[in-house]
Formats: sequence, C-alpha cells, structure tokens
Amino acid sequence: MLADKDRIFTNLYGHQSPGIDAAMKRGDWDGTKELIEKGRDWIISEMKESGLRGRGGAGFPTGLKWSFMPKESDGRPSYLVVNADEGEPGTCKDRDLMRHDPHKLIEGCLVAGFAMNAVAAYIYIRGEFYREAEALESAVEEARAKGFLGENACGTGYSFDVHVHKGAGAYICGEETALIESLEGKKGQPRLKPPFPANVGVWGCPTTVNNVESIAVAPTILRRGAAWFSGLGRPNNTGTKVFCISGHVNNPCNVEEEMGIPLKELIEKHAGGVRGGWDNLLAVIPGGSSVPVLPKSICDDVLMDFDSLRDVQSGLGTAAVIVMDKSTDIVKAIARLSEFYKHESCGQCTPCREGTGWMWRVMERLVTGEADKSEIDMLLEVTKQVEGHTICALGDAAAWPIQGLMRHFRHEVEARIDAYHAKAAE
Amino acid sequence: MPTLTIDGTEVTVEPGTTVLQACEEVGVEVPRFCYHERLSIAGNCRMCLVDMEKSPKPIASCAMPAGDGMVIHTNTERVKKAREGVMEFLLINHPLDCPICDQGGECDLQDQAMAFGRGHNRFDENKRAVEDKEMGPLISTTMTRCIHCMRCVRFSEEVAGVPDMGALYRGENMQITTYLEKTLDSEMSGNVVDLCPVGALTSKPYAFTARSWELKHTETIDVMDALGSNIRVDTRGAAVMRILPRLHEEINEEWISDKTRYVFDGLKSRRLDTPYVRKSKKLKDASWGEAFKAIKTRLKGVKGTEIAAIVGDQADMESMTALKDLLGTLGSKRIECRQDGSAVEAGVRSGYIMNNGIMGVEDADYLLMVGVNPRLEAPSLNVRIRKAVRHSGLKVGNIGNAEDLTYKVAEFGDDASLLNAVLDGSHEAADGLKKAERPMILVGQSALGSDDGSAVLKATRDIADKYCMRDGWNGFNMLHNAAARVGGLDLGLTTDAGVDGILDDAEAGKLKIVFLLGADEVDTTALKDTTVIYIGTHGDEGVKNADVILPASAYTEKSGTYANTEGRFQRTSKAAFAPGEAREDWTIFRALSDVLGDTLPYDNLGQLRARIAKDVANFDDIDVLHPAEWGEFGVKGKISSGGIAPAIDNFYHTNPIARASQIMSDCIDARGGLVEEATGTHG
Amino acid sequence: MTDTPAFAWTAENEAAAQKHIAKYPEGRQQSAVMPLLDIAQRQNGGHLTIEIMEYIADYLDMAPIKVQEVATFYTMYNHKPMGKHHVQVCGTTPCWLRGSDDIIRACKSKLGIGMGETTADGKFTLSEVECAGACVNAPVVAIDDDYYEDLTAESITQILDDLSNGKDVKPGPQVKRQTSAPVGGATTLKDFISDGEGA
Repeated sequence: MLADKDRIFTNLYGHQSPGIDAAMKRGDWDGTKELIEKGRDWIISEMKESGLRGRGGAGFPTGLKWSFMPKESDGRPSYLVVNADEGEPGTCKDRDLMRHDPHKLIEGCLVAGFAMNAVAAYIYIRGEFYREAEALESAVEEARAKGFLGENACGTGYSFDVHVHKGAGAYICGEETALIESLEGKKGQPRLKPPFPANVGVWGCPTTVNNVESIAVAPTILRRGAAWFSGLGRPNNTGTKVFCISGHVNNPCNVEEEMGIPLKELIEKHAGGVRGGWDNLLAVIPGGSSVPVLPKSICDDVLMDFDSLRDVQSGLGTAAVIVMDKSTDIVKAIARLSEFYKHESCGQCTPCREGTGWMWRVMERLVTGEADKSEIDMLLEVTKQVEGHTICALGDAAAWPIQGLMRHFRHEVEARIDAYHAKAAE
Repeated sequence: MPTLTIDGTEVTVEPGTTVLQACEEVGVEVPRFCYHERLSIAGNCRMCLVDMEKSPKPIASCAMPAGDGMVIHTNTERVKKAREGVMEFLLINHPLDCPICDQGGECDLQDQAMAFGRGHNRFDENKRAVEDKEMGPLISTTMTRCIHCMRCVRFSEEVAGVPDMGALYRGENMQITTYLEKTLDSEMSGNVVDLCPVGALTSKPYAFTARSWELKHTETIDVMDALGSNIRVDTRGAAVMRILPRLHEEINEEWISDKTRYVFDGLKSRRLDTPYVRKSKKLKDASWGEAFKAIKTRLKGVKGTEIAAIVGDQADMESMTALKDLLGTLGSKRIECRQDGSAVEAGVRSGYIMNNGIMGVEDADYLLMVGVNPRLEAPSLNVRIRKAVRHSGLKVGNIGNAEDLTYKVAEFGDDASLLNAVLDGSHEAADGLKKAERPMILVGQSALGSDDGSAVLKATRDIADKYCMRDGWNGFNMLHNAAARVGGLDLGLTTDAGVDGILDDAEAGKLKIVFLLGADEVDTTALKDTTVIYIGTHGDEGVKNADVILPASAYTEKSGTYANTEGRFQRTSKAAFAPGEAREDWTIFRALSDVLGDTLPYDNLGQLRARIAKDVANFDDIDVLHPAEWGEFGVKGKISSGGIAPAIDNFYHTNPIARASQIMSDCIDARGGLVEEATGTHG
Repeated sequence: MTDTPAFAWTAENEAAAQKHIAKYPEGRQQSAVMPLLDIAQRQNGGHLTIEIMEYIADYLDMAPIKVQEVATFYTMYNHKPMGKHHVQVCGTTPCWLRGSDDIIRACKSKLGIGMGETTADGKFTLSEVECAGACVNAPVVAIDDDYYEDLTAESITQILDDLSNGKDVKPGPQVKRQTSAPVGGATTLKDFISDGEGA
C-alpha cells in the first residue's frame, strides 16, 4: 500500500480547509518561483522523466504533450485548458481535487502554463459541479490576492491567469476538441484532427488540454523530483493515481494509490471488499464506463495500470472501478451505459449518431431476451462499424462495453434469449 | 509538393490538397455526402473513409491533407466494410420512400446505396421520425430524410452569408432548421436544394410535378440579371419544369439566384400568345397578317424622325439588331437600350463592362463600390465578393446606400459628390485604391441614373484612371442589371436624350410611332397618344398603351446572344417552344420588313449573326473575354450632393417574367410583402 | 402570444455577465454564451425563452440560431417553466447498481409526478440525468446546485419533504461519512484528519 508520505492529495476528503493557508501548510505554493526559474526545458524534461501519463483516460505522456507546444510564439498566444468536465460514469476524482485541494490544480496550471508558454489557463468544469466551481473560483481569487497569479506571477516576471469556465451538461465536452468548441461558445462537437490543438486549439491558438489530475500532480512531481514519481508503480505506468471505487463494494470511496496496485487489493483494502465477499464478485469495469468489463476470473489478479489492463483487453481509463456482484443484471448494467452513450452522442458524425441509438435499442431487447441469437453477432458487427470510424472516441467508448459484455458474458445473454422464447412458447 | 501513392499509383499534388482530392486526381472515386468543394470541410458523414498505411484506423479522406509518402488504399476489405457500415447507418433511419421522393433518380444516397451498400436490412427497430420544418415558398422539407451532412447550414453561413440555419438538439435528436422556421433571408437560398444530397430539402414549386428521368435538359443562359449565369432548363413537352445551375467557374460557379431558379412559372402566365391590334380603343386578337397590316397602315406617311424604339432588358442581340435594321429601313436611327435612363455610354467598351471580369473580384484587394447593390443586382456576384472578403482579404468600401451585403463594408455614405474627394485624393477610399495591388471600382447603374449621371461616369472613369490601373489590370468595372444592356451598347443603341427624350417627344407629339421591344420598365403613360408597337412576351407595362402587340419568344424559347456585364458573349438555347402564335423576335422583324417592302437581308440566324459580327468585335467568340481598350467617356460636370437611389427596390419583380411569376410573388409575401409592388417606373 | 415583459439583465447580473465576458480575449465574447445563458435562466426562474436567447445573441453579437443551438445542445438549459426545485436523479450504471431505481420510485411517489414533469404547486420538477460524477457516493440526486449523496428511498423522501416545507436540508452524504472517504473512516491519510470527522 502506498505510504501516506507518498500521497499527493493529502486533503482528498476535505478533512482540512481547501483555503490557501491550509493548502500552503500542506505544501502547496512552496517554492513555485524556484520551480519556474528552472525554466521550461527543465520542467518539461522533468515531467517526461516522471513518466506521468495523462489521467483523463487516454494515458498519453504528459511531458511529451507539453513539448508539442510551440517554443516561440508566431504572434498567437498559447493556452492551457484544463479538462474538468468529469462525467465518465464511475469517475468522481476530479471533483474531490477541485473542492478539497484546488490549489494543487491552480499551482499546476501556473507551472504547466509556464512550461508551455501559455498566457492563461481555462478550467472547463462541468456545469453540474456548481459548488466545485465556486471552490475553484475562490481559490483562484486567493491565489491572485497573494500574487501567485496575474502579472508577475509568484514574482517570476511571468504573467499568467486562471479562469473558470462552466459547462452546461454534455459529456462529450470531455473530449478535448469538443471542449475547445464549447469554450468558444459553440455546441460541443469534436473537431477533425489534424490540425491538433497544440497547433490550432482554442480561438485558433496553440492549446494543450490536460485532465485536472494530470495538472494537479505536476507541482508535487517537480518539487519531489521525477525520480520519486517514477519510482512508484511500474515502468511506463508510474506514480500514484486517484481511484474511484463504486458499485457493489461495502465502502465505496475515492483513494489515492500506487499505480499497478492489484485490483483485489484496492477493493479490499480501501473499499471494504466486495459486497458479500470476493467470491460474490461477478465483474468489474476497471476504468470508467468506456472500458470493457472484466469477469471475476481476470479481476482476481489483474494489476491496476495502463499496460496490465490493456493486456486483458480492457483499460485503466480514468481508474474508475465499477464493481458488480453476483446479484447484478449485467446485461442491464451495460444496456444502461449504452443508453448513456446514446444520450451523450453529439450527433455530428454518422456512425455514432445512428449507431449509439441502434446499439442501445438492441441492448434493451437483450435485457429482456426479446431477440434472436443471431442478433448478438449482428450487434457486435454494429459495434465494429462504429468503432474506429467516428470523429472522436465516443463511438469507441459506446462500442467497447458491449464488446466486453459479449466477450465474457455472452452465455448470459443467450440464456436470457432462450428463457424469453421458452416463456413465449408456453 | 507532396507525393503520395493511391491504390498503387503515385501522384504529386499541390500542398493543401486533401487525400480525397488527390484520389480524384488519379481517377479514384471516393464516395461522400458531406464533402463539397465549395464549402468548409465537415468530415461528418464518414463515407469517404480510406485506409492509410501506418494508421490504425481508416481516415476521413476529405479532411486529411495529402502528405508526402502517404500510402492510401481505397479498395481494401476494411474500406469496403467501413463504407457499408456508414451506408447502413445512414439508411437505418432514412424512410426509404424513394418512390414518392422528388430526389429519386438524382439522389446521392440512392446512388451510393446501390454502389456501396450492403443490399439488405438488419435494422429491426422503429425508424426515427422528424417533424418537417417550414422554410418558406421555395424549399420543401422532409426532415426525416435528413442525413445531417450540414451542407445547407454551411452554405447559408459561408456562401450566402446569412447564418440563419443550424442544427438544434443533439445526438440522434439533432434537427436541421432555419431560425424559428423562417424563410431563409437570402437571394441564393434555393442552392440548398441542390446541395442537399438527399430529399430532405427539395424544391417546393417543383414538388411532385415531374420525375427527373422524364425531363429534357437544355443547357442555356440566364437573363434575370446581367451576369449570364449558366443554367440548365428542364422541360417536359413545352413546359419548363425547373431551372438548375450549370457550373461556370468564371461566372456563377455552381450557384444561381432564387430568381434565376424559380422564375420559370412566370414563363407560363400572362403570356402573349397571339398578336393583338387596338381597334376602337380595345385590344383585339388578330392574325399575324392583320397585325402587320395594321402596322403598315399606321406607318403610312410617318417620317423617319417620327419613329423611335426602346429595347427592354432581356432582348437578345439578334432581336435588337433586326429591330435596329428595321428602323433603318424606315429612316430612323433612334433606338435606345438604356431603359433605366442610365448615363452609360456606347462607344468605349471598357467604359461599360467589368474589365476585371467577375473572377477579378477574387484577385482584387480593394473594391470601391459606387451606387451598386450587388446582393440584389447580381446575387451570384455578391457571393463571389463575399468569398473574396472571407478568403483573400478583399476590403470593400461603398459610396451608396448602406445595405447588408453579408460582408464587411466601409460605408462612406450615399452622397455621389464624395467622388470628387476620392478623385482629388482627400477621401480615404483614394488611399484604399492607391495602396492596393489590385484595386477595383464597381459602378452601378443607380449612380448613373440622375441628371448628373454623365458627370458621375466621368468621375469614376477618372478615379479608375488615376488609381486603378496596374500592369495588365484595368480596375474600372461596371455592373449592369439588364441582361440585354452590354449587347445593346455594343450595337450602339443609345440616343442623345435617352428614354426620357423619347417619352418627352412622344408626349409632345413629335413622335408618331414607338416600338417597344420587351420594354416594360418605362412608364408608358407618356405614349398614350403615340402609336405603340409592342414586341414581347408578357402582358406587362409595355402593352398598356400598345396599339399593336406582337407576341415573341422568351429566353428559354430561342437561341439568342447576350453579352454579360463582363462583355462575355454567350448564347441561349431553345429549351421549349413559345406559346401559341409567339415567334422569335428577329423573325418577326424580318417578316414585318417584308410586309413593309424593304426586306431585311438575312433569312436565318447564321446570316443575321454574320451581319452582327461585322459591327461587333469578337461577336462569335462565345464565352471568351477580350480586354477592352481604355478611353475617354463621361462628361465632366458638377456632381450634385445627395443620395443615390437604389437601382432595384424589389428583387423578385425586376422584369416581366418575374412579375408574372406566382413564385416570385410568394417570395415577396414570405418577406411580409414589405417590398412594394414594382411599377415599372424605374427610369 | 401573451405579453411577456422584455428581458433585460438586472444590474447584478449585468455585472456578472461582464465579468464572464472579461475572462476571454477581446472579440471572443461568444465564449461567454454558456455562462450568460445560465445567468439568464436563473434570472428567469429556471428556463430560457426565445426572447432571452435573442437578447443574449444581441448582447454577444451572435446569430440567434447559434445561441439556440447551444441552448438546445446542453442539457442544463431548460426550455419550459420549471419548478422551484429541480430534482435531478442520476440513473446511470454506478448509481443504478446502488439503487437509483428505488430513488426514482421514491421521488415519483413523493412528488406524484413522472420524469420531466412539474408538481402542480410548482415546487418541484423531476428529471433523470446522466452520470452526475459522484459515483462513489451513489445513489445521487442533484437538487438545484447541490448534490445529495448516499441516498435511500427514505432519505430522499425526507429531503423532498423538508424542501417542500421550507426546511433546511444538508447536502452531501446522507449517511455518516466524510465526503468520498469510505464509510467507517478513511483508510489512508489518518494523520491529516483534523478535529472531528465530518465537516
């Protein structure tokens, strides 16, 4: 288990004040000026060395992402955009970081913004997080009042500000280019890539979009050194991670743990174990709703990191662990996710707009068994027709849960169809 | 210049070319719905997915810039599957009501489903139904058919410049609409019907009147304005069923105005289909022989100086020539083509054409407009100006009425005397012209319509002379509203006192006979006591005081030559027969001359055109622009201060065909009837 | 059409609107459309009208259809009159696993309305929403700007009762628990826990 001394988010649960004085006592805003004075190249190389991979789901190396930003401005300003549009079912970690430890994020904005030569950061927070946005706004005010933000931020001579932008109810805005569109005051419809945001982002300017957690861990990484962070976890899967454990566990919770912690250990140590004991486990969605579900047999010994979960045809995603015990109607659980994706499809591109609705409707019938067995393969084909053919990853995200279901629980779906037809024949 | 390989063929393309365009260059067809070369790239239909080596997923070829060393495959199993998949998704919620859909037979979805579809249906759920939207008198909607390609939205925002279309809601509930289901406030709105790849937006006036495969297509030229937009007239029997644009990059690209597209019902109503002769104050129908005889009778004893003619805005050069020649046999040279009283002069051709051509707008970096509203006078030119403003940084200044032209215009006020300040260099527009590499001045007819028209003409000429001349670039440009005008000027059909002189002399009894060749924009009350011989197509202003009416062919019913505002000669083709007894105009004059005893020396169009070619340079050089030599025109004089009146106050009713069109009237009604009924007294 | 008074910002909201606009670079005022729609919706008692959207379009120099597109794309904008309290029950899988069906039943039965409906007394509008992003505190109901977490049919019924009677209700977990920490106390960071559990 990760030692408390290696935990970054020491006020994860809000036992202490989120205010700036308490935050500074916890070590935030400590030597920020010195960090910045070490220069852009140092920050980026340190971030690369740390092995930090993006905490929003895709796991792209953070330092590398920052390095894509133009070193010299061509006249256009650069921007850092923080993705706080947390909405991936199962995921609620950024909420805690923002309401309980906002200064980590804001300090992170400053150092990350400096590293990419940005003039400002916009934190795009989902509109439903009204109180969390208030907490952020007030933390920004505190930081401004202390001279940590604004002109000559932290006395570095560098000018930088942080703004909070609220969304209004659209999961798709968690996709970085949809988020940029939304930040520009438009519908959140993803953009075609190329051009990539680092080249043409918000208002046509170079932009980097990072998850809250990726930015919030940066100051601590820089203070404690890349080696400290990369010493945690496993190679290519370094550091600590805030896990969200929801569903059929005795004590659902968020917890910061070491990357690569065994799933079973995570659930048993922090969430009080599976309801009714480990043997009552049916399945786990290990990384938020978008990643394929894993049956108990895999959950028994899988490690919680990018590569381990990829190797079992799932993913770490946002590290949101959705636990389902044997009482779960697994078909319904996945069908409800299909409904979610249908509801959240932006409608822009054909496969997602049409496919998510189709998949959901078939899934609803599979819940009751009112289907033909041949429709299982047809549904899988439809998921393949969506996957990889859309503008953004929402299409993939809608396809994978169904593929996961059929991979591991096809027998359950077939049994249900048999039962339905048997009953109908009575 | 990137070189890439497409299905084994290497091709080198211009930087900025997309993979889809590169595929086209090597003749590889890539299916698409949302992509349109004149609109921004949406990449949303996903039909154009192709395989790119080293890419884990197929790529949208419409959106991917061609890169050096790319290896593209369009014929892999994966591509085939991707297309089938997209096709299937597009069809699951599409009603498949092709038998009752007007798009049937010319539908991208239908065609591509045949070519790339799976061929059977696996969708067992209920199909989505979408409420239809009201979009005014021109566009009929069946929104359940919509495939959300956004072409219409992109067109209205980008090309038409009226951002009034959008997609509301999201996901599978997304719906295309105009704002609050209002009529699209654009003179170019009908183009969305062509752009719609399916039957969601179809032509309301054409609805359920014909199937595309039973129509005869005739390629011809529009005469609703002076651009000479290239069109295709679709007929069934004698009836024009619809009018569509033809591609002409240098004139109308692939757009046409709503008037050009929807005026066709005006070809059927209020037509003159038999000669008439006024007997005891009443017009009575007559045979051609009776009508000619009546003319002969009334000409008896009339001197050449007592005869004049006014030609209308849609007359072809052959008709004008025959009339001119007929007048010549009667001893008159008084034939006038400037119905609107414009001070434009015949003689120096560069003084009455768009010397830079319509395409010149895209090269220009500064445009000074003088008394012109291209949005109403030549909508397809206006979208070209908008395009240049958006894409190549054209700056526009305006001396004239401030109107919403859909792009940014520096408004200098509508006082024509500002031209003095431009000429002496004290006005900012002079700086704009001076500093520009490709400066243009665009002069409209309304600037030339007042008493000081000649002085305005001279001032604009001198401004052009002073600021707008570059190597190989003569920045003087005139925009006409009448399709006939440049041809009329080429034929020298101007008279000293113009139309007003003719009307005044008629009222004063100095004129005995006035021929009106489709001249319906003059107030004919002045001709009450004169013998008026009207040759034209419609019972409009010109027939009110006519004594003899000779029914003629409309532009879709004859082959005639028109010179557009650039001075480009183009010829119409006969798409349908004229109604009843109506005849092609020049043959009327030829026949009349025979009756009058001095037969015109041509028996067919070829001979007539050869006769015109002797007077008019490059007359047979169809569709070719020739530079015109610069010269002196206009008359130095005082330009009075005060506003320039608009040339067009009712876009939908500018000519007799349009005024006979119920569809055009519906367009006015849809705009609250705000535009007052045109009276034909624009001169 | 009834005569509705023309919409215009209150002085306070005008200032708030300007503050939002000032966050964005010069000429990028369109970026403020979402916060402005939110402010206007609050000012109007919970929903938007065509008139408000046009007011904001004009205020931000946008085409009205672009504002309408935004207002119909995001789910937090309402287009019909809302109850005083907007009860938004999360029904996505993590909440569903922990009994959101019971919560939905309890709400419907307590309020006597279905999803998307408003009580006759105008106090409540009931909606089902997609993942609220508080999954370790499932099941969750957002009422207006606050989250009520770790609910049971009984606790949500009590909350609705209290709201209906104008009583104060306490947002957050409805069981003994510090925010997202496990019930029974945090398994980590025990040294950081200051005086007393539960804030």
